[in-house]
Amino acid sequence: MAGRVGVVAVAQTKFEEKKATEHTAELMYNVTREVMGQTGLEFKEDGTGIDATLAASYDLFSGPAGAYMFLGYVVGAYRREDERVLEDGSLAVYYGAMQILSGHVDTVLLVSYNKESSVGKNLIEWVGMDQIYQRRIGLDFVSAAGLQAMRYTTKYGITPEQCAKVVVKSHRNAANNPYAMCCDNITVEDVLRSTMLCDPIRVQEAKPTPVDGACAIILASEEKARKITDKPVWITGFGSCYDHHELGYRDLADCEALTTAAQRAYKMAGITNPLKTFDLAEISEQYAYQELLWSEGLGFCGKGEGGKLIDSGKTQMGGDLPINPSGGMLSGLPVCVAGMQRVAECVVQLRGEAGDRQVPGAKKAVAHGVDGPAGQLQCVITLEN
Amino acid sequence: MAENLPEISSEPIVAGVTAHSNFLVSTGATGTKFLSELRDNKKIMGIKCPKCSKVYVPPRTHCPTCFARMSEWVELSGKGSLSSYTVVRYKEPYMPKEPPYAYGVIQMDGADTGMAHILGEVDLDKIKVGMRLEPVFKEQREGSILDIDYFKPSS
Repeated sequence: MAGRVGVVAVAQTKFEEKKATEHTAELMYNVTREVMGQTGLEFKEDGTGIDATLAASYDLFSGPAGAYMFLGYVVGAYRREDERVLEDGSLAVYYGAMQILSGHVDTVLLVSYNKESSVGKNLIEWVGMDQIYQRRIGLDFVSAAGLQAMRYTTKYGITPEQCAKVVVKSHRNAANNPYAMCCDNITVEDVLRSTMLCDPIRVQEAKPTPVDGACAIILASEEKARKITDKPVWITGFGSCYDHHELGYRDLADCEALTTAAQRAYKMAGITNPLKTFDLAEISEQYAYQELLWSEGLGFCGKGEGGKLIDSGKTQMGGDLPINPSGGMLSGLPVCVAGMQRVAECVVQLRGEAGDRQVPGAKKAVAHGVDGPAGQLQCVITLEN
Repeated sequence: MAENLPEISSEPIVAGVTAHSNFLVSTGATGTKFLSELRDNKKIMGIKCPKCSKVYVPPRTHCPTCFARMSEWVELSGKGSLSSYTVVRYKEPYMPKEPPYAYGVIQMDGADTGMAHILGEVDLDKIKVGMRLEPVFKEQREGSILDIDYFKPSS
């Protein structure tokens, strides 16, 4: 990489089922003000402030969108250089890093926001299916995940208990995270007793919804980052990949797009053994089976070995590679915000500021974002301090 | 440092609208051919890539792997094997059937891809990956993927 990109500030809201007293603009304003306060940066065009803004949002949730209606006045984009990324917030980090690496700007403010409580998430995701075939038969992202979960667990003999363990771990970790929405002392038996949502996925194995919240990050060029903070966290690699949208065109048991995205990021960062290299991973699992499947795509274990990986205890706090010390999406994160918040959580860890959820001495981390039916879009960001 | 927002003195007011609109999408030459064969002849047609020879169903205009334009149609029997399934147990207004009902990915004989569709005439607790299936067409057909009512277990 020609020079490095540093993360110099991160902020997130508390994630809650319904932020009834706050307009989306207020959520964004709060996290924006917070990262500006951490860095002392203001919006300036003379090279001493924030050069550009970049927002990740789901227009279908917020109306199209933040863009026209309120983005300008709350993130300082008014009459300024401003870009927008649809789909997951991890892509905004990817795009912001490229803006800096291109030399076009030195500092970028990233914001992602979503109030899932504004509208039905399933309906919005149903509109995300192709109009002629899959939307027409009523498939949405939940039933797409059901088809993937069934294929994956059947092909590789992944057990219901192994999936349920993901939920238990997520909730246990979330208890240490003051920003997390939910955490209760759930057991494997509780998960397996919960209502079936979309076979083989049970209600407790799906990301809670609705969830409202926002996240902000400031990225800076290496030179600027060193001036802004004495604790910069460096983006060492990034990669993304889309799979085919038509579910039947892929083998849903294998996440080829994630394997490709991860290999692109790891190649850039010079990483060959992710399980050994990383001290933690913050990944986007909207359903319990996905933590196991994404672990395979991220190269933490071989194909079909996601179940064995959770059984080994390596991904728990205190293990070789804790996955989602924050509690992850299963503890409640809005779609779209999730990917950026995964990056923010890695940064908090690599700065040693993660409090009760801190992985001691964390030096290298990987963040992962996802969107589309059954993980069609995958994005991987590697970081180090 | 987040600034303190002003206190709200009454119940928070929610602004909302409800709108109705149709999504009307041109299906193009490829979609129209496929859908009119369903409607007029109860035939499921695949489309073959001239470079890699893979047969795709439902069809697309271009091979996603080779980026070659596809125009060679292949008639399929409609019979196939179930490669995955799920049972929908929640309800949304856009669903074409009353839950609970099942979706499957059907790997059709003579095709290299699967196609997602609804499963019917099957005990929801006895669906098995690998089971043989065949299509059941609606009496009244309109040129839609739903002209296939569902796939049922082959006798």
